[in-house]
Amino acid sequence: MSQDETTTDAPAGRTPSRRALLGWGGAGLALGAVAAGGTAAALRTGGDAQPAGADATAASAVPFHGRHQAGIATAVQDRLHFASFDVTTDDRDELIALLKDWTKAAARMTAGDAVGGGAVGGLAEAPPDDTGEALGLPPSRLTLTFGVGPTLFEKDGKDRFGLKKRRPEALIDLPKFSGDNLDSTRSGGDLCVQACADDPQVAVHAIRNLARIGFGKIAIRWSQLGFGKTSSTTPEAQTPRNMMGFKDGTHNIAGTDAAALDAHVWVGDKDVKGDESWMAGGSYLVARRIRMHIETWDRTSLKEQEDVFGRDKAEGAPVGQKHERDTPHLKSMLPTAHVRLAHPDSNGGVRILRRGYSFTDGTDGLGRLDAGLFFLAYQRDVRHGFVPLQRKLSASDALNEYIQHVGSAVFAIPPGVRGAGDWWGRELFA
Amino acid sequence: MRAHRSSAVAAIAVAATLTAVAGCAAKSDGKGAGGKGAIAVTASDSACKVSAKDFPAGHVQFAVDNKGSQVTEVYVYAPGDRIVTERENIGPGTHVEITAEIKPGAYEIACKPGMKGHGIRQKVTASGKGAAVKRNPKLDAAVSAYRTWVQEQADQTLPEAQKFADAVKAGDVEAARKTYALSRVGWERTEPVAESFGDIDPKVDTRADGLSDGQKWTGWHKLEQSLWEKKKISADDKKLADQLITDLKDWQKRVGKAVINPTTMANGAKELLDEVATGKVTGEEERYSHTDLIDFHANVEGAQKAYELLKPVVAKNDPALAKELDKQFAAILKQLDGHRDSNSADGFASYDTVGKDERKTLSDSVNALAEPLSKLAAAVAEAK
Repeated sequence: MSQDETTTDAPAGRTPSRRALLGWGGAGLALGAVAAGGTAAALRTGGDAQPAGADATAASAVPFHGRHQAGIATAVQDRLHFASFDVTTDDRDELIALLKDWTKAAARMTAGDAVGGGAVGGLAEAPPDDTGEALGLPPSRLTLTFGVGPTLFEKDGKDRFGLKKRRPEALIDLPKFSGDNLDSTRSGGDLCVQACADDPQVAVHAIRNLARIGFGKIAIRWSQLGFGKTSSTTPEAQTPRNMMGFKDGTHNIAGTDAAALDAHVWVGDKDVKGDESWMAGGSYLVARRIRMHIETWDRTSLKEQEDVFGRDKAEGAPVGQKHERDTPHLKSMLPTAHVRLAHPDSNGGVRILRRGYSFTDGTDGLGRLDAGLFFLAYQRDVRHGFVPLQRKLSASDALNEYIQHVGSAVFAIPPGVRGAGDWWGRELFA
Repeated sequence: MRAHRSSAVAAIAVAATLTAVAGCAAKSDGKGAGGKGAIAVTASDSACKVSAKDFPAGHVQFAVDNKGSQVTEVYVYAPGDRIVTERENIGPGTHVEITAEIKPGAYEIACKPGMKGHGIRQKVTASGKGAAVKRNPKLDAAVSAYRTWVQEQADQTLPEAQKFADAVKAGDVEAARKTYALSRVGWERTEPVAESFGDIDPKVDTRADGLSDGQKWTGWHKLEQSLWEKKKISADDKKLADQLITDLKDWQKRVGKAVINPTTMANGAKELLDEVATGKVTGEEERYSHTDLIDFHANVEGAQKAYELLKPVVAKNDPALAKELDKQFAAILKQLDGHRDSNSADGFASYDTVGKDERKTLSDSVNALAEPLSKLAAAVAEAK
């Protein structure tokens, strides 16, 4: 632990790194997190899987480099800042330069280091390279996961960066689902970065600094803060509750289940040919802002609430069962029950990896809590993952009376950054 | 009133000089006291004679005699027209003594008969053991040119503001509306310099939300509210129009004496974009008249002027930054051109007709320009 805290593979800056500043304070935080229990190891899967070692604590760093990007199979952190960007430059070389700059900054930030020349110690007359609000904070298992949206390949009929022919077939434009009430200012985007960390300040810092580096080449289209992870990629941990008070996503794909990840999450070498080959080792992400009608839900009887989900509220046990992880007996549930409709057995074995977070953005001006689920689902092919599942749910789910999908985006998540010379999206632009 | 304020400004200038030279030129203290060894400056209506063009650096005294028929003022300028010291209101036949800490280096002494303009200038040199401050002539030229430009903006603004004030005083709502935004252009181009004085901006450019309890609201935006929201001109408004002209004349008089150096120029450019980002893009600045776009444009022009003057240095020190700034200035001006409206009095569309998406695009362009602009100060600070 202490050895890891004092060695850094990031280039030496003019200012001490966040990690170097930690000293015993950082170690103390880390131990505190262990004592609090429950935060599982930061796991990576694939050929470069990281063993769940002693330093895999809430304060530690998740390796940035690997075959797959971190932040997908990684044990879900507590906080989220998700950002969607429009690319404002028309210049392919500028975009590539930005992705290289972003990658460099991301590698530093996920290691707990400040961006560029740091937050202090530079020229007094000039703003520092790093904004500074994460100074002194541990890496907090920050992961930054990068993706590209359909509009990067083609927008308004225009092949913007010569990428049109490289758009993967699996990166579809999502169809309109019944009940969608999508706000264009909370939907879509050319690029995305998902920042997850155990400290909200670390996640916010990461997106803020990437945005700043990118101004002039990109603009933030929308972003979403999330808290209280609503699904777990660590089966040994309790499934957290969503804003409706229910456990959902119990049978999520475990970050350690290499076979399930290969089957449902990672794009395999054989999935992609020719112009799509850049996606090997990647994944596809669907992001949905799902608003919950909190007040009407709260006035709903416990029986109806439990019937809607197909689980009991106390244990999270499926109808007729005792424990959360007992095998659900789908036919005992109402045909419109959420669990019944979403279960792989009702969908030909389709599974997705969920990393959603709760959100609460204050109230909406009518005094209603602007809260809900920021749904994030990773899958090997959107056409076989989210789309059929959501078709079924949007048509029949009893939950629809209490929720509304208000934002939507889909992104191709390229494979991981392999090493110091590599960068986000290199294979795409090769 | 004016003399009082001016002496306060002079005191600040002298204090700044003292701070700058502390520890290197203070040894000769007292040598020039009592008039002995003082540099004689003889001012007339057409000349500015200096008894010694080369004198020892340190605590220097200037003995000024005004032999002319007009009131004069005397300045000691460091390169870039940076004021080392100055004295105003030297009446005909008057003798005054001015002292200042002068570092080794080149200076200009200016007499300004009638207290106007560039002045009659003499080049002088302060010599001494202390190494002369290393100067970048390109930066000095930039500061000097910017100072001149800032003064021109104020000079050109007064007649425009007078038209506006006259319309208000005549009770002519329509004419006042047409001249309102145009009367603000020079101000908006040079706002950070005006704001550096601290007292003028609150009098002329305060918005309703900038007021505290009990504070009287004066200046452009109060009149803007009367013209567009109340749609009538009150007796008090007519007085405020006169007050606006008085305050703007104060600005015109003092603007040339502002502390300007390459770093304040660079950061001033950035501050102009900050003005856009916080007030114009949101439509808060001109909430009644919706003339935000011409202010926006003037802010960008002001930032561009400072940048263009600093560019010879920036292009050498940080060519990539210069390239990026050239590109972003061009992009934002092109975008603003898209909002021109030949039917409007100020040439730009009313901001309440600019949709949410267009505002977002403008805001993105402001970020795209302001972020590299925030690096301008570093590029010139490192140039010393």
